Amino acid sequence: MAKQPAAVVGVGQTHHRAKRLDVSMAGLCREAIDRALEDAGMTLDEIDAIVVGKAPDLFEGVMMPELFLAEALGAAGKPLLRVHTAGSVGGSTAIVAASLVQAGVHKKVLTVAYEKQSESNAMWALSVPLPFNMPVHAGAGGYFAPHVRSYIRRSDAPTHVGAIVAAKDRNNALKNPYAHLHNEGTTVESVLASQMLWDPIRYDETCPSSDGACALVIVSEDVAAASPNPAWIHGTVMRSEATTAAERDQVNPQASRDAAAALWKQAGITSPIDEIDMAEIYVPFSWFEPMWLESLGFADENGGGWRLTESGGTAMDGVLPVNCSGGVLSSNPIGASGMLRFGEAALQVRGAAGEHQVDGARKALGHAYGGGSQFFAMWVVGSEKPSN
Amino acid sequence: MRDVAVVGFAQRQMPEFDGSPTCVEMLVPLLAECYEQTGWTRRDIGFWCSGSSDYLAGRSFSFVSAVDAIGVIPPVNESHVEMDLAWAMYEAWLKIQTGEVDTALVYAFGKASAGVLRRTLGLQLEPYTMTPLWPDTVSLAGLQARAGIDAGVWDETAMAEVANRSLTDAEKNDWSIRKGGSSVEELLARPMYADPLRKHDCSPVTDGAAAIVLAAGDRARDVRETPAWISGLAHYIDPMGMGTRDLTRSPSAERAAAAVDLSGVEVAELHAPFSHQELVLRRELGLADDVRINPSGGALTSNPMFSAGGIRIGEVASRIWSSEVSKGVAHATSGPALQQNLLCVLGSTTEGTN
Repeated sequence: MAKQPAAVVGVGQTHHRAKRLDVSMAGLCREAIDRALEDAGMTLDEIDAIVVGKAPDLFEGVMMPELFLAEALGAAGKPLLRVHTAGSVGGSTAIVAASLVQAGVHKKVLTVAYEKQSESNAMWALSVPLPFNMPVHAGAGGYFAPHVRSYIRRSDAPTHVGAIVAAKDRNNALKNPYAHLHNEGTTVESVLASQMLWDPIRYDETCPSSDGACALVIVSEDVAAASPNPAWIHGTVMRSEATTAAERDQVNPQASRDAAAALWKQAGITSPIDEIDMAEIYVPFSWFEPMWLESLGFADENGGGWRLTESGGTAMDGVLPVNCSGGVLSSNPIGASGMLRFGEAALQVRGAAGEHQVDGARKALGHAYGGGSQFFAMWVVGSEKPSN
Repeated sequence: MRDVAVVGFAQRQMPEFDGSPTCVEMLVPLLAECYEQTGWTRRDIGFWCSGSSDYLAGRSFSFVSAVDAIGVIPPVNESHVEMDLAWAMYEAWLKIQTGEVDTALVYAFGKASAGVLRRTLGLQLEPYTMTPLWPDTVSLAGLQARAGIDAGVWDETAMAEVANRSLTDAEKNDWSIRKGGSSVEELLARPMYADPLRKHDCSPVTDGAAAIVLAAGDRARDVRETPAWISGLAHYIDPMGMGTRDLTRSPSAERAAAAVDLSGVEVAELHAPFSHQELVLRRELGLADDVRINPSGGALTSNPMFSAGGIRIGEVASRIWSSEVSKGVAHATSGPALQQNLLCVLGSTTEGTN
């Protein structure tokens, strides 16, 4: 049997904050779930199965929290799956949920991803020293800074390009009521004046630590017929590669390039820059925007990424608006961050992104990555039903 | 639905694994066995999925090192669940059902001996009101066993019968780490461990890993004369709240049983880490008296965390490959006191796979 069409008909997210002390983990998830169900015009009773995603359990200090959350998530008496693929998990979780529909097993699937970072300290949960493993010095920034330096050297990028990304995303976030950071008046100059943390990554070029959740309702073709604006899934992809290997290109990993090639092929896209109307790309540190633009094939691999960013091409009114929601740089509930990218892409093609809507967006990319730039999850959603 | 079968299975079980908590050293020979059974190389695998727990490994991202066992250059199509191997297999089965791939290899691992397992698993509980009391898993199972005894649903003799049969069968399983049946009388004369549980009523702490290979249609027929076709695959979860559940029942297991066709099942491998839990499951599945239960010795004699559920599937599949049986059911569980349950029905023909 061929793959069944599937569409996103409900998107919900929390107001992301450093500490959501007003809600428990269950309350946080339900805030996103209830909004997604309302958007889909459904109740929990109608849902066939639930897929939960989050990053390491050490971030909250509960082993397999979906077990205790099952009842609050409305999963009692239903199938429940728990996905964990590092930073890409929000994306992978949405893909697993989509596959439940695409496989013809279920018609109405709810998926939720969350992180409540205030329950613990993610930076140090990531920094446990491990024998025979490259140390993750003081969190992800220390790990990724050398990759950024390598990109700048390889591509001869002017050193202010990261600040352009940060200023753009922080200003986009002002249009998104759910974003964690609403830092008014952020400019390239103010970013450049902020504290250097992991050279060349400055304080204003890093993602915050957020509490937050995102939920999606993914349904079959016949159920989607009742929705005024379904976001059809045109392609999904996951790819993984090793953390450490002499031949690895950590700036532009093969798993990323392979994933993009497979995704564009599945979605019937031959020229991503021309055919994709907007992209939500996982950019936890500013420089990853130009890096991923090249890896994804939106720009040439010899500095095309920073040139596109520097030219304003990724701004709201550019040729390829990137992270109109404010992106990971403005909200980073780790486990949910990937699903937020997937969900924001769906909102755009549904014409439901509010103030940060890109006019006439019909095809959008949702992207997530994790581990040491080694796990990738991506999807393309469109306002039209896929022809393939 | 597409016809999908289990065509490969490899396992390792031991009291204490002398290696890293990410078990890479155990996974490499395990995957090699899968290649040998199928005649494939890793490039023949369309999709990979693993199951493991960061809490068991005592670190974040334990599966990240595990993918090194595959040799993921060039990159692979891969995913991971924080669940038992049986659910990793479920995700791979879905992937094959979408038509994107025809083959999958799933694996899971866990070094339970690295910590105090009964306390580690206690961290699965509701964190705001239950975990601070830190009831451990053996104690919770003891409460469940007591509830059944008090309600007259089972007694200590019935529990000892399960243990005696399991320990006797385990003598024929090289991987079982506790074996040697005696008699119900002798077992009942042994001391209490967590009243009403004796040591033999509780699965031993086990390190281990396992891998399962799935293939669709002709890809499966190419590998084996009699592939173990999956004719039913269903899983459900119950609320965790120990105080509000009837601990003598497992509604999610009952529901899974209703979602598959168990008629004519000759063998059942039930993932029951405590003797009384087998009694609960037999009732929920409505198994006839002539169904052979846990010929491998079951989880009561060897229970490697995160692979023991999937091993049940492999054990049933092996008996179908050898034509010992033509239909069997495998069960996997997760969470305290049988909270989450999966059933996988396997058969020697594709009958019922649609």
